Amino acid sequence: MPNPLDTAARATPDRIARKLRGLSDRAIAWAFVAPTIFLLLAINIFPLIWTIRLSFTNFAANKPNAEVKWVGLRNYERILTDPDIWQTMQATAHFLVWTIVLQVLIGFTLAWLINRKFRGNDLLTTLIVLPMMLSPAVVGNFWTFLYQPQIGLINYAVEFFTGIPASSFSMLGSVTLAPWAIVIVDTWMWTPFVMLICLAGLRSIPDYIYEAAEVDRASPWRQFWTMTVPMVLPFLMLAVLFRGIENFKMFDLVVQLTGGGPGDTTLLSSIELKREAFEKWRTGYSSAYAIILFVTVFGLASIYVKALNKVKER
Amino acid sequence: MKAKLLAATTAAAWMAAGAAQAQTELTLCWAAWDPANALVELSKDFEAQSGIKMKFEFVPWPNFADRMLNELNSGGKLCDLMIGDSQWIGGSAESGHYVKLNDFFAANDISMDAFVPATVTGYSEWPKNTPNYWSLPAFGDVVGWTYRKDWFERPEIAAEFKAKYGRDLVAPQTFAELKDIAEFFQGREIDGKTVYGASIYTERGSEGITMGAMDVMYSFGFKYDNPEKPYDMAGFVNSPGAVAGLEFYKSLYDCCTPPGSSNGYMGEGIDAYKSGQVALQMNFAFTWPGFEVDPNVGGGKTGYLVNPAGPDGERYAQLGGQGISVVAYSEKQDAALEYIKWFAKPETQAKWWSMGGFSCLRAVVEDPGFATSQPYAQAFLDSMAIVKDFWAEPSYATLLQDTQKRLHDYVVAGNGTAQEALDGLVQDWTTTFEDEGKL
Repeated sequence: MPNPLDTAARATPDRIARKLRGLSDRAIAWAFVAPTIFLLLAINIFPLIWTIRLSFTNFAANKPNAEVKWVGLRNYERILTDPDIWQTMQATAHFLVWTIVLQVLIGFTLAWLINRKFRGNDLLTTLIVLPMMLSPAVVGNFWTFLYQPQIGLINYAVEFFTGIPASSFSMLGSVTLAPWAIVIVDTWMWTPFVMLICLAGLRSIPDYIYEAAEVDRASPWRQFWTMTVPMVLPFLMLAVLFRGIENFKMFDLVVQLTGGGPGDTTLLSSIELKREAFEKWRTGYSSAYAIILFVTVFGLASIYVKALNKVKER
Repeated sequence: MKAKLLAATTAAAWMAAGAAQAQTELTLCWAAWDPANALVELSKDFEAQSGIKMKFEFVPWPNFADRMLNELNSGGKLCDLMIGDSQWIGGSAESGHYVKLNDFFAANDISMDAFVPATVTGYSEWPKNTPNYWSLPAFGDVVGWTYRKDWFERPEIAAEFKAKYGRDLVAPQTFAELKDIAEFFQGREIDGKTVYGASIYTERGSEGITMGAMDVMYSFGFKYDNPEKPYDMAGFVNSPGAVAGLEFYKSLYDCCTPPGSSNGYMGEGIDAYKSGQVALQMNFAFTWPGFEVDPNVGGGKTGYLVNPAGPDGERYAQLGGQGISVVAYSEKQDAALEYIKWFAKPETQAKWWSMGGFSCLRAVVEDPGFATSQPYAQAFLDSMAIVKDFWAEPSYATLLQDTQKRLHDYVVAGNGTAQEALDGLVQDWTTTFEDEGKL
């Protein structure tokens, strides 16, 4: 059987082959990865450096001819001392924490149930993952109707079970309820994603471990806590990382549902950042805001990935 | 050598042909709404007369400003003609997005005196009240009210109202009367359905609640700044009258809107009114032709109302509408100007009105037959005489977003007081004007 490397070498045009023959393996490796590195530098690193530079200026992208002044740390100072920014941070933290908690709890439970063998298992799995296949704009519109006090199913269900009149409360218009309304929608949409990752984790546990545990007369409860949970934990932590990063930059779904309202109750950092950057055109200011958010996410993600690696090593 | 010459000649001919081809197609950018569809129809006349093909780029209202201002700010060449919102005029003029039209108007005998003065100031001039024109008034619009005339005329409803308030149930002339009527209808059963008082603007994301609240606050005494001293806002933006106006708007939201009206703008208002949910509806005049032909609320069931007066009899209305401008980055400016010349013609404007476009040409709106040409024509005419507009400064988007935040926070979220909201607004606007170097 011919060596595939020889085949590939023969297929290389003579002109290129002659040039490569004089190169070391290391140089050839660099030649292959250089385009990717160049692209990464061009579309990730350069914009990041440029954004850092802009964050120290008063630049406004809609006034390209205006004089750009160096303002030092003024943008950072204004952001970090602005109570409205802290309010959006709080709203983001509320959204992030509760969506992750609920999605992990429900996602893991669903995965654990689905992992058992029963009739209709595949169909049920397909039905459960449907929400995450929808576009956030569609989901936002759809839930706006579900939350509608006069015709919405949610208010009707609340009235049916509690007797509270459907028209007497508005999930999206109430300062108290709106933050929970967006958490519910995101949980509905993305729990299946967490479920799938957990399911992959559960299915990766070999059956013989449970058989050995049963021989040792370990109770199902003990098997769950000492075997299932630790072995699924790396998968679960990965799901949390993905959902955390995704929800930190949540935009479309919430804009569709509440537009950030009522007031600023559901104004998440990414929505505020977009308004500063592309509605108010305060490019310097919004660059500083983006850098602060980037450092926050990057810092938290780095700590988290270290923890994840430790869990994997165990 | 001959081959090279031939190749160069062929390439030049191709390029020339390509340029000629490009010259014959113009792209007009506007919001995606009923008047835009009418303009597509109207523009077929221009295509037939000029041989220039028209293309249209329409963006839904909630994304219109975002999308088009991005286009202008990036020097994009998508649009040759832009029917941009009135508030964009300052920024677009100062940033060089629009072509100044004074010389073109002079060369083609297009006089701004031929247009309704408020529309010239609102859509074309920058700086305001100076003869520097950046657009031709294209579509006059103003916030007004519609009401269910058929419900008002029902004897049992009219009698109950008279018994309760001691006056006839007729179109309200003051905001106090409007609120009484809205309260009267709130939660009432009509034809087996629960109906509500009024649909008003409460949208948070773009400009909704600002357009709605300002529309009311003007008549209560709100002013953007000191008429004697520009950008001097304290005591004008947060005057006692302005505070009373904002309190009134919140009370109207609290007492008389359908449940779940916390984020509604033009589209939601239209839906609420057409579906028979509300007795009164605040909305821009562009929506009115649509009501006339609607099976539920058309055919005489709807009355049209100029914005009611405030407590001191002052009466103003929020200006909407747009002017048509030539985009400075367009490579087809001559053809674009040709379109404006055609659009300014009295016969084009008359047809525009007949197709549902709200013409700003005085020859059209001052025609003796205009007021009776449509059931809403008189209300439109009267409303256009009392308009005020939001800031049209280059920094209008920042000023607008600050307003959205302050007003929504008070009216819908119920945080703080009207005085605090407007005091905060003065602070926000002052900061913006300081950053702009105007204070």
